Amino acid sequence: MRLEQMYQEVILDHYKHPHHRGLREPFGAEVHHVNPTCGDDVTLRVALSPDGEHVEDISYDGQGCSISQAATSVLTDQVIGQTVGDALKTVAAFTEMVSSRGTVEGDEDVLGDGVAFAGVAKYPARVKCALLGWLAFKAAVAEARNSTDAVAQASHRQDLEDKK
Amino acid sequence: MTASVDLDVTDLVRIRADFPILSRVMRGGQQLAYLDSGATSQKPLQVLDAERDFLTNHYGAVHRGAHQLMEESTDAYELGRADIAAFVGVGAGELAFTKNATEALNLVSYVLGDSRYEGAVGPGDVIVTTELEHHANLIPWQELARRTGATLKWYGVTDDGNVDLDSLQLDERVKVVAFTHHSNVTGTAPPVAEMVKRAKAVGALTVLDACQSVPHQSVDFRALGVDFAAFSGHKMLGPTGIGALYGRAELLETLPPFLTGGSMIETVTMEGATYAPPPQRFEAGTQMISQVVGLAAAARYLDGIGMQAVAAHEHELVAAALEGLRTIPGVRIIGPTDAAERRSPVAFVVDGVHAHDVGQVLDDDGVAVRVGHHCAWPLHRRFGVAATVRASFAVYNTLDEVDRLVAGVRRAIEFFGG
Repeated sequence: MRLEQMYQEVILDHYKHPHHRGLREPFGAEVHHVNPTCGDDVTLRVALSPDGEHVEDISYDGQGCSISQAATSVLTDQVIGQTVGDALKTVAAFTEMVSSRGTVEGDEDVLGDGVAFAGVAKYPARVKCALLGWLAFKAAVAEARNSTDAVAQASHRQDLEDKK
Repeated sequence: MTASVDLDVTDLVRIRADFPILSRVMRGGQQLAYLDSGATSQKPLQVLDAERDFLTNHYGAVHRGAHQLMEESTDAYELGRADIAAFVGVGAGELAFTKNATEALNLVSYVLGDSRYEGAVGPGDVIVTTELEHHANLIPWQELARRTGATLKWYGVTDDGNVDLDSLQLDERVKVVAFTHHSNVTGTAPPVAEMVKRAKAVGALTVLDACQSVPHQSVDFRALGVDFAAFSGHKMLGPTGIGALYGRAELLETLPPFLTGGSMIETVTMEGATYAPPPQRFEAGTQMISQVVGLAAAARYLDGIGMQAVAAHEHELVAAALEGLRTIPGVRIIGPTDAAERRSPVAFVVDGVHAHDVGQVLDDDGVAVRVGHHCAWPLHRRFGVAATVRASFAVYNTLDEVDRLVAGVRRAIEFFGG
């Protein structure tokens, strides 16, 4: 194992020049996730489209190592603009790859720059770093969808009320 | 081994030969430089052989039955206790075995909150700890406060990583003062004598976390004057699964049990039980017999080298590490930068390079360090950092390994572009 296998150039680029970083309005849900082994954290916001079908924006802030910061940057590149269904599939594919101990290569069409993290999968201690932002996103989507559902249900109830 | 204080090269070569793992070539192609003994130490052949010989030839149940193996096992267990107790300056009857130091500290925190103990912690009482603590000497006290309605207070930490004695005044409401003998992050040693004096002045009991001191220096709990002390086996060249609690004899006598069941009883009826005298009262169930044998071998091994020699050698390593790291721009050492004011471990942060990334580069060079908060999250928060790199030393480490640490940190800074 050499260092360059884990820290590929593309990872270092994302680390030094992260994409979509910073917390923005508006957002449907905000979550705060912590890696209990090192204390690294991420605050991540998700904005879904009004119908709850698309990921319109992801914004984030936090502190962490190169792997966690770069992985979160890659996440935003891949899933902003995707449907929620596709975004969750991307998350599942990334999770599978980095949890595979190096047995799953990853599909560049699905993961984009995310395939660079295949090397990280060989270092079990760093898997949590790679997943910090991705799992935060998954949780934020679930929360945003719940509130979208709540809004939809509330407006649906209002429609029914209005019709009475 | 030499009787003089300093270990010479021959001593060190001989010591290192007892730890075959130190010769291992790691995945980056470099020989292991194990600088994580603060987390857990490596074990010499003498410890492994003692356990193997015991299990191969003498193993049986302890304190029960009447056959020869039972006698031999009981002897090995109790002689082991005597050796380990002597190693920390206490009587065999004052040392109870636990599965680790964490369990030992939990044991104290539970029995001190038990209403059968006449001085039991209760509502309105105060429990005191410090901001320097490992989670194992913090959370049990948070929990004791929660269970009893007592209040938890703590001494703060100064900028150089020492307990700030001016930050808290004790009064008669304080029932327990729990503190570390030796920080697992800053390498500082709180002033035990002064803290014991202040606790005694208000009638409070003292509990010492000695995990990071017992493996590295000569320790005498009686001379320190503490009421309780906990340490672990695996950090002092011994096996995992074994820790110990020291309690002053008169005090242990008055305390109720923590865990209950077999071996710790005097008489049992369907309605109730009476309990064995200490230390058996605190050793419920089948004990860690071969681990006690292994730990006793570890204590004898360290004794053979001499704890003064161990301490002097580690001091030299710490001084070299501080000196080497200080010369690197962007490295900030947590705790005193002068070796005279501290011991192992040496924890630090590197500007612009996260601890995890520094640790990964070091790992690539075969240098094993700990990265993270080292189970001292509040202390890291106190210093405004999430994670640090920690190099911790043991008797088997060399100055060459310190050089490799320093070179690896430089490489990390280069790799990540500073």
